[in-house]
Amino acid sequence: MYLHSNRATALAALVLSLSLMTACGSDDSGSDSGGESDGGGDVALTMLPKNLGNPYFDTSTKGAEAAAEEVGAAIEQVGPETGDDPAGQVPFINTVAQQGADGLIVSANDPEAICDAIGEARDAGVKVVTFDSDTNPECRDLFINQATSEGIAAKQLELISEQIGGAGEIAILSAAANATNQNAWIEMMEAELESNPDYADIELVDTVYGDDQDQKSFDQTEALLQNHPDLKGIISPTTVGIAAAARYLSESEAKGKVMLTGLGTPNQMRPFVEDGTVEAFALWNPADLGSLAVYATTALVNGDITGEEGDTFEAGELGEFEVGADGVVLLGEPFTFDADNIGDFDF
Amino acid sequence: MTTPRTYSEFSQPLWQRVLLTREMAVIVLTAAVVLYSLANVPNFDGPLTLKFLLQDIAPILLIALPMTLIIITGEIDLSVASIVGLSSVMLGVLHDNGLSVPVAALLALLLGAACGALNGFLIAYVGLPSLAVTIGTLALFRGIAVGLLGTKAVTEFTERWTDLATDTLGSSNIPVVMVPFVVLAIGFSLLLHFSTFGRGVYDIGLNDEAAHFTGINVARTKWILFVLSGVVSAFAGVYYTLRFGSARGDNATGMELQVIAAVLLGGVSIFGGRGKLHGVIAGVVLIGVIASALRLERVTVNVTNIIIGLLLIASVISTPLLSWVATRLPRKAPPSEEPTSPKQATPAGV
Repeated sequence: MYLHSNRATALAALVLSLSLMTACGSDDSGSDSGGESDGGGDVALTMLPKNLGNPYFDTSTKGAEAAAEEVGAAIEQVGPETGDDPAGQVPFINTVAQQGADGLIVSANDPEAICDAIGEARDAGVKVVTFDSDTNPECRDLFINQATSEGIAAKQLELISEQIGGAGEIAILSAAANATNQNAWIEMMEAELESNPDYADIELVDTVYGDDQDQKSFDQTEALLQNHPDLKGIISPTTVGIAAAARYLSESEAKGKVMLTGLGTPNQMRPFVEDGTVEAFALWNPADLGSLAVYATTALVNGDITGEEGDTFEAGELGEFEVGADGVVLLGEPFTFDADNIGDFDF
Repeated sequence: MTTPRTYSEFSQPLWQRVLLTREMAVIVLTAAVVLYSLANVPNFDGPLTLKFLLQDIAPILLIALPMTLIIITGEIDLSVASIVGLSSVMLGVLHDNGLSVPVAALLALLLGAACGALNGFLIAYVGLPSLAVTIGTLALFRGIAVGLLGTKAVTEFTERWTDLATDTLGSSNIPVVMVPFVVLAIGFSLLLHFSTFGRGVYDIGLNDEAAHFTGINVARTKWILFVLSGVVSAFAGVYYTLRFGSARGDNATGMELQVIAAVLLGGVSIFGGRGKLHGVIAGVVLIGVIASALRLERVTVNVTNIIIGLLLIASVISTPLLSWVATRLPRKAPPSEEPTSPKQATPAGV
């Protein structure tokens, strides 16, 4: 009996190791042929998002793949499965350095920590372009910026002004009171409200902070409506805040009377756009961001541009772009999502 | 080891005793995977591969040394990755507050020793099971680490030290971190394989009550091992932090499982009493080579994990397989009174 069971385990082990070998073997041959066709004169690009399985980055990768097909580049997405720590990204940057692949498009998990690894990749001849989240400017060749603070501030005022008919009380539901980007946008909006004659009849009556917590943002929305009975509109430049405020409004009597806009993602906001709580909100289009990153990287690899300020390149349907100061390429003004186009997006 | 087992082992010729071991199987498999990758994986033969590979596996190599000894005693330390995270945060916070990197690193090592001493005290002197204790301290140390820095990260380190963590020796492709690793590996080998302390480690794993009666100070041995584990994990944390230039509370999350997987792959019995350091080092290298080669082939991390998981299961199965092969081979002097199939040493207390 004892010998028998030993033979059975031996057989099982043999079968398992054989199946492992064949599994590896077939993997290898598959990628091998792919790898060789990459090297056949085409530009080979690697897309490294903060992590995989994130709908936002899935959308940017789709845009990148479409652009890669347009310019005849090969592109592959790699990245850590979860998390947003630099340690997860560094091995993939190292791999690109080993491959000496033409271009790396990366959304940096840390502005500083991945710089050494990027430096090694650039030493190996790789052109490195950041998108979505930048590193320090001296680390990379270009940064594809989704939106400027000025653009975000202006867009949100434009949307709320349209929605409340250019006059009335508005309030801001922000994230944390010390959030740098939020405060920059709020300051710019305040300045614009003061100086722009189009907004002369709009009064900013309150700014509250939901700390990017769903429940707190929800409660703060309720408090805003109670404290300001004449409130006509709320701007929430944070994805957590706008979704919580929309949830409150959709269940309250203020639905359709108090307008809400800000920065949100289509998947979060879809039910509230469909039920009429929200007319329109803004963000950038990650697909365009991924697409522009591919055009920019390919232009670098082909030597059409060097990344100097003032360099210009064509980006297909997106038009012509110019490299700004510090190697930044700006995608444009934020994208407006409304009932007409929200069905086209899934992130 | 019990006497009849020793007799049956020595009844085989030397080459069988050396070659038909788990350790040798892992070493041969590692060599085979390296050769295969050199021949078939594009860019694996490039100059950067060795450097990045060794940098990637260095923390696991380091922590696997004390982990091997702990598992041979029949215990386990699941808190090692949390100690990496805590020492990383400690280094970051202290450096942020003006201490130089070496001083902050030294304090981080002391903190690691304290963490290990706490584990060791609860396990060796209070007598609690190491599985339960270190699951608790896994959460405790990680909680403190994340609590201290929140979602922030310290990324401003003196360049000289972050450069050292990524530098190579002279013009070779061997990272500087291999120097402390080799020193520690020699130290742990001498301790485990060539000292009475090491004999005690095996005896405790086979039967700790019997070990106690033969005069081994079981509690002190275990306590020392957990302190060593804490210090080495903290050292790995310092290296990890400087290599990535980033002190974060969630650094190295889940690394304890990579370490334990490599130790088991290297032929250490989870029940204690059996295992060799060279097998463990080969186990770590094998996992590192597979991960590196598959990354070059752009295979996703999930698939890599599946392959390494299957390999681990296969390696556990291979122990009975190898002993079965050993029984089929001719013997020098077949023992008359022994049964034809040597029974495996029954696990002596988990």
